Amino acid sequence: MTAPMLELKGVRTNYGPIEALRGVDVTVAPGEIVTLIGANGAGKSTLLMTICGNPRPASGSITFEGRDIVSLPPHETAKLGIAQVPEGRRIFPRMTVFENLQLGATLSDPAHFETDVAYCFDLFPILKQRRDQRAGTLSGGEQQMLAISRALMSRPRLLLLDEPSLGLAPLIIRRIFDVIAELNRSRGMTILLVEQNAYHALKLAHRAYVLAQGQVVMQGGGRELLANPEVRAAYLEGGSH
Amino acid sequence: MDAGAQLGLFLQHLINGVTLGAIYGLIAIGYTMVYGIIRMINFAHGEIYMVGAFVGVTGFSLMALMGITAVPLALLLVLVMAIGFTAAYGWAVERVAYRPLRASGRLAPLISAIGMSIFLQNYVMLTQGARPKPLQPVITGGFTIWEGPNMALSITWIQAFIILLTVALMAGFTLLIAKTPLGRAQRACEQDRTMAALLGINVDRTISLTFVMGASLAAVAGVLVTMYYGVIDFYIGFLAGLKAFTAAVLGGIGSLPGAMLGGLLIGLIEAFFTGYVSGAYKDVAAFSILILVLVLRPTGLLGRPDIEKV
Repeated sequence: MTAPMLELKGVRTNYGPIEALRGVDVTVAPGEIVTLIGANGAGKSTLLMTICGNPRPASGSITFEGRDIVSLPPHETAKLGIAQVPEGRRIFPRMTVFENLQLGATLSDPAHFETDVAYCFDLFPILKQRRDQRAGTLSGGEQQMLAISRALMSRPRLLLLDEPSLGLAPLIIRRIFDVIAELNRSRGMTILLVEQNAYHALKLAHRAYVLAQGQVVMQGGGRELLANPEVRAAYLEGGSH
Repeated sequence: MDAGAQLGLFLQHLINGVTLGAIYGLIAIGYTMVYGIIRMINFAHGEIYMVGAFVGVTGFSLMALMGITAVPLALLLVLVMAIGFTAAYGWAVERVAYRPLRASGRLAPLISAIGMSIFLQNYVMLTQGARPKPLQPVITGGFTIWEGPNMALSITWIQAFIILLTVALMAGFTLLIAKTPLGRAQRACEQDRTMAALLGINVDRTISLTFVMGASLAAVAGVLVTMYYGVIDFYIGFLAGLKAFTAAVLGGIGSLPGAMLGGLLIGLIEAFFTGYVSGAYKDVAAFSILILVLVLRPTGLLGRPDIEKV
């Protein structure tokens, strides 16, 4: 494996008295899609937020492209090229679709703003129709598309996606996963994907980690874990996919 | 009194009310913006306005001392000076008294704000003296719009200046919030600070700038009020602050057009109450409005309930 783009070693994060992450080691190589699967409350979202610097880990190290980023606040990690599509999408509901995209481009060169907007509208044509509509009035799927587009506006080198399929219709889920694959394939974007929809995520990912109670309990290739009986029993059977 | 004179009197109260309302509106913007972004009532904001007024008086004396007698130039320099100093106070208050308490619920910063307000009042009293400070009229005269047999309707130049400057500032400010990257960042922080930070917005700096902007407008209000009334003291921030706060609540706290509208309405209510009922009880009228709004329509005229469909 080439030198990792992102490397977490022994990361522990606490929310007050709760230990959300209890010594997690995760690496992501450039150009990879890595997925984290696990049940609710396993610490998946906490992991993504910890990478971005909010909250800060209690101990452990996080390096991004060889640089220690443990002490950086979120607006600094964003500057390094890390973008997140967070849990619950968190679009700005009282701003228009276009303004949300403008905010996504906060750190990027205005010279390629138009190109990037066109690229997002190309990925999700519905957003073009909704351009001047308040984002809060969009459907769940459209909001997710907007949240992904907003993240893309910064031309991130590492894209963190937190359950992009949550609560969406199967057709839209397929579209979103297609876009994730497409971003990785044609743009070479490195992606760390958190999912409860383990089937889709494992099929897509080069490598995967299974997180339980704040710890990595299993790791391997995406297809390999998909075939693993334990994973199937815990995260796939009985689930909807 | 005949009908013409009645109408003339009414219009005169209207002009006075709009002038007063402009000043309240300028101060109210500071309350509403700070509330919008950190959900806190900055009770020291009235004192920031008072500091602006004192810098104004000092500034005008300084201009006289330096021999700058051209009114437009002197006025411009004093405004710039007042904005600079007052903005620094606004910035410092946030850094010292609010930022360290940001993670600690709503009550602590509120108490800290009241403490800051008392501190600033006493600080100005000690350094500037407790006696009222007079200011020689800077802009005098006016013109008569309409003259009847026993009644004249007039607007003083200073009133015209206050109204025009306020309208210009509010228009510029509305544009800044709606169209510029800074305004967008402020609105983003208002809606979701965590997400704004993830996009690379420096939230602390955005909050600081919000305080600076609010203080700048309050500084202008302070200079204008000094020129209008010709006398100030260290205590003027208390009442004006409460009135502007009332204006912000009336318009809908957190809403920028609401603060402007609320300011205008409070100014008009005061002017008409003074004109037709009693000048001594004008404050009662203004604060009765506060109570009525809180009871009947807590979100204010243009405010929006905090519940948001997500």
